[in-house]
Amino acid sequence: MAGPSMMETLFQRTLEDLIKGMRLQLIGESAFISKAVEEIRREIKSTDLHTKSIALQKLTYLNSLHDVDMSWAAFHAVECMSSSRFADKRIGYVAASQSFNESTPVLLLITNQLRKDLTSVNEHEASLALECLAKIGTVDLARDLTPEVFTLLSSSKVFVRKKSIGVTMRVFEKYPDAVRVCFKRLVENLESSDPQSLSATVGVFCELAAKDPLSYLPLAPEFYRILVDSKNNWVLIKVLKIFARLAPLEPRLAKKVTEPICEHMRRTGAKSLMFECVRTVVGSLSEYESAVKLAVVKIRELLLEDDPNLKYLGLHALSIVAPKHSWAVLENKEVVIKSLSDEDANIKLESLRLVMAMVSESNIIEISRVLVHYALKSDPEFCNEILGSILSTCSRNFYEIVMDFDWYVSLLGEMSRTPHCQKSEEIEFQLIDVGMRVRDARPELVRLARSLLIDPALLGNPFLHRILSAAAWVSGEYVEFSLNPFELAEALIQPRASLLPTSIRVVYLQSVFKILIFCVNSYLSQTETLADLEPEVPDSISQRENSEASDLASVRALFEREHDEAFNPGVLDRPSTDNSIEDIGNAADGDGQTSTFVSFRKNGFTRESIVNLVNLVEVAMRPLSVSLEVEMLERTCNILGLIEVLKRELPAVFQNEKVLEKEELEVLKLIKLMNDAFSEELGPVSTSAQERVPIPDGLVLKDNLADLDEVMGDVKLPSSSSFSLESPYNGQRMDPASCNVQSKEDSEASSESTSLLAEHRKRHGLYYLPSEGNGTISNDYPPANDLKSGDTNQDDTEDFVKLTAQSLVSKKKPNYAKPRPVVVKLDEGESVPVVLKKRDSRDDLLSGAVRDILLGDDAVKLSSSIKGKEKVNADPLDSKENMHDMENSSHRKSSSRRSKQRPHRKERGQTNPEKLGVEKEEHGGKVKSKSSHRHGRQKSRQKAEGSSDIIAETPVIPDFLL
Amino acid sequence: MIHFVLIINRQRKLRLTKWYSPYSQKERTKVIREISELMLRRHHKMCNFFEWGGLKVVYRRYTGLFFCMCIDPDDNELETQEVIHQYVRILDRYFGKVCELDLIYDFHKAYFILDELVIAGELQESNRRTVVRRIFAQVSLSLDIHISHSLVDAAKEEGPGSVDGITIPFKIIIYLKLQN
Repeated sequence: MAGPSMMETLFQRTLEDLIKGMRLQLIGESAFISKAVEEIRREIKSTDLHTKSIALQKLTYLNSLHDVDMSWAAFHAVECMSSSRFADKRIGYVAASQSFNESTPVLLLITNQLRKDLTSVNEHEASLALECLAKIGTVDLARDLTPEVFTLLSSSKVFVRKKSIGVTMRVFEKYPDAVRVCFKRLVENLESSDPQSLSATVGVFCELAAKDPLSYLPLAPEFYRILVDSKNNWVLIKVLKIFARLAPLEPRLAKKVTEPICEHMRRTGAKSLMFECVRTVVGSLSEYESAVKLAVVKIRELLLEDDPNLKYLGLHALSIVAPKHSWAVLENKEVVIKSLSDEDANIKLESLRLVMAMVSESNIIEISRVLVHYALKSDPEFCNEILGSILSTCSRNFYEIVMDFDWYVSLLGEMSRTPHCQKSEEIEFQLIDVGMRVRDARPELVRLARSLLIDPALLGNPFLHRILSAAAWVSGEYVEFSLNPFELAEALIQPRASLLPTSIRVVYLQSVFKILIFCVNSYLSQTETLADLEPEVPDSISQRENSEASDLASVRALFEREHDEAFNPGVLDRPSTDNSIEDIGNAADGDGQTSTFVSFRKNGFTRESIVNLVNLVEVAMRPLSVSLEVEMLERTCNILGLIEVLKRELPAVFQNEKVLEKEELEVLKLIKLMNDAFSEELGPVSTSAQERVPIPDGLVLKDNLADLDEVMGDVKLPSSSSFSLESPYNGQRMDPASCNVQSKEDSEASSESTSLLAEHRKRHGLYYLPSEGNGTISNDYPPANDLKSGDTNQDDTEDFVKLTAQSLVSKKKPNYAKPRPVVVKLDEGESVPVVLKKRDSRDDLLSGAVRDILLGDDAVKLSSSIKGKEKVNADPLDSKENMHDMENSSHRKSSSRRSKQRPHRKERGQTNPEKLGVEKEEHGGKVKSKSSHRHGRQKSRQKAEGSSDIIAETPVIPDFLL
Repeated sequence: MIHFVLIINRQRKLRLTKWYSPYSQKERTKVIREISELMLRRHHKMCNFFEWGGLKVVYRRYTGLFFCMCIDPDDNELETQEVIHQYVRILDRYFGKVCELDLIYDFHKAYFILDELVIAGELQESNRRTVVRRIFAQVSLSLDIHISHSLVDAAKEEGPGSVDGITIPFKIIIYLKLQN
């Protein structure tokens, strides 16, 4: 047996050989590694511990740097750990701390080994065990090894002591009850003369205080002493961190520490300490004006350094101070703006945050202008950062800081035209959101939508598709503000729109539908006055159409048939639709310019323009009616159906201008109905709208929704039948009769659906935010824009600006932020319990234990009742644990009993002091060396406890400092 | 606290990893990939910190090697840089003009040194001499020979790698061999 083992040992490759081999290998790294692992698998089974440990070491190396799995070798690691040779033991420990985790099964086997090594006389073995425990400590290990760690905490060997201090953090975290055993000794180490132990202890408290600062307030005097006395920067930085967490909890403490911190800030040469002082002051002591001033001076020093690290930190500190002291940012404005063009992305980002922190109602326009301009020049990534931060800043709190929405809308337009813009989703959302919330911004929105939609170049950029979808929606929804709906419709059906994905095309189609309805309705509603208007028409329309219009006015009825022939070639190829168009071939554009541009005036929905529009839309829709996308198909068919009805009915309308007859026509009712439905305002719906619906008295809500299918079946049935598109080919089929029937059905169905929608709105008004004012704004044009032709955009803009300026002056805040206080409150209410739930019960246990040690029960009064409840829930965990730590068991029982009583505050009042006394005696007996200082402190603590028994709700923090 | 320590060279070769927070093997691979990607992309004139996944990464570059530590967002970046520098100085002292090859071949020693410097993600020893002395003592233990502290101190007094480029550990070994 010794033979092969010996051979193995002799010819085994060491770690060094492995590394060398790896560097010289010719077979490829992965092949080499798998070969090496093969070898290791063989060697590790060796009975010779040395061979085994070398194999394990190699495996550890491969795991650490080359991702080789080593979980299978867990047991071998345990074997090596138990070796008596230090070298093997160390390899075993390293392997264990690297590969073990909570679920490693052999973890149960190492408890005794760890205990043995922790109590070993050899300090190096103890230190190995401590390092390992710090890394892989589980609940069980922490619980079982607490006594050993406790012993080591007062070890005479500094080397071991400081490691055991480091380990306590892990132990506390895993097993909060260890606090009751170890805490006193840990605190004693705060007075240690050895700088390393002190440093380690402060480090532990720094971590502990990060989780629950309140529990460590009573230790403030110790920390204060260290803050004043210590010369060690490592320690000072940690102590400052602790104070940064404690100071916000206790104003007296904050007042006390401000001066020493400023002193350090002035005196120290170490940038790290100086920065920590600055951060503490700006983060936690920001109400002390003089301290903040000094900190800002120091920040300025950092900002002016050449070192990018210091510059970054300076900006970072500024961003902490910015919310409370914006003057600090303004003072350093130039540096911040200059940093925007720094080559370091981090610095740029910080300065961008700062610039956004400077934003206010008065300068938002200026800053945004500068930033958007800057975004054009910067790299894509940062460009999007800029756009994103502008968008989020401006939309914050329902566009709180935006006073001029016309400006904001145009800014959105400018942003969407920025190359590299990838914020289309956000811009899309905001375009629609602004449209819904801000009535005054709608004209400008429509104008923006127009300029985006008519630009064919934009369709080619997939990043802009979402924005275009919003623009299309806006143009359809608020078409009444448009100067030229025909132009919009044309833009929406332009051939390049086929580049859009279906989901967005669908929005386009729906908008075309809306625009069509709007135009026809507008035309019909003014036909009664048409006769009066006719003479005026020539004066106000543009020159190009001038002659045509006048022609039309006079010879409309006569030349219908003739012009039909002339019309057909003018339009793009329409293979199969001629016959259906014939009926309304009165589209009397003799020049054949129909499809290019139709000028439009306020009251100028002329007949021929409507007809042109209808034809144009039909031409564009025909190819789509064979689309494979259901959604698109459906909407196309809706539009075609409408057109069909129009063509059937409209000639009659055009001929008989008498009002009486008109009302009898079905199509008029239809159009009117649809227009009403579309002009009904869509408002923003609160996210919690559903919750606000009170449950009716008679309604019993079932938990089991098994019969939901049944209910849904009822709902589905009618809808599917009414919207059925039995023949998706109806566009292709030449049978006009069936076409008509189909379209009639369609239109009826859609009218039915819209009426249903209106009904729904009426019934459930509370789902929808109140729409102020009139629902139909179709004729509600601002008089300023009356009789103005489409090409005078500039004047319009000015008018808009004036308009909004007036509204700004008069109302100060226009009705943009529709007050939704309930929503906001509800949302806040929701978030609070989530935060509470997030708190780990273990953390609570830990802090609870710490408080017990430091304060007795007083601290508990501060903790909320929720925490108390959680404690009760967690108590089974306490009782489950076997009471192994001998002397402590009685003490712990009493404490767990106390924790159970915690929620019942009143019962406790009487019994407390006695129990505390008991506890203290126990501790007094245990802890041998106790300085007089500590005694003094305890007395004062007892005093504090006594007083707080009387005044229940006074702050717990005794006056150690004051 | 420090969540993990990585040493990566310019060619993205990993030279050392040490994890103080629990990361599964899968997460480790992902973390290393992400960090090295972000870190190596940075220009040397840029600052040595960056935010990553809610944490902060502090790194320092020594010729071709990047030493990087991941810390909590409110930890002190400059202090962490100092820890890195401390580690490198200890390596330097131990190996005598440390270079990448030292880390490659004496991977485990670099590991032990880090263990002496940092425990449970906290700096535990800021004194370089003490750390080096510890490591020597452990080396001697590994050789199954007891070396008194005075001996180590004597060897150390001569400074790191002082005589003819022979580093201290070798000197002790040679000394011991002569003794035997």
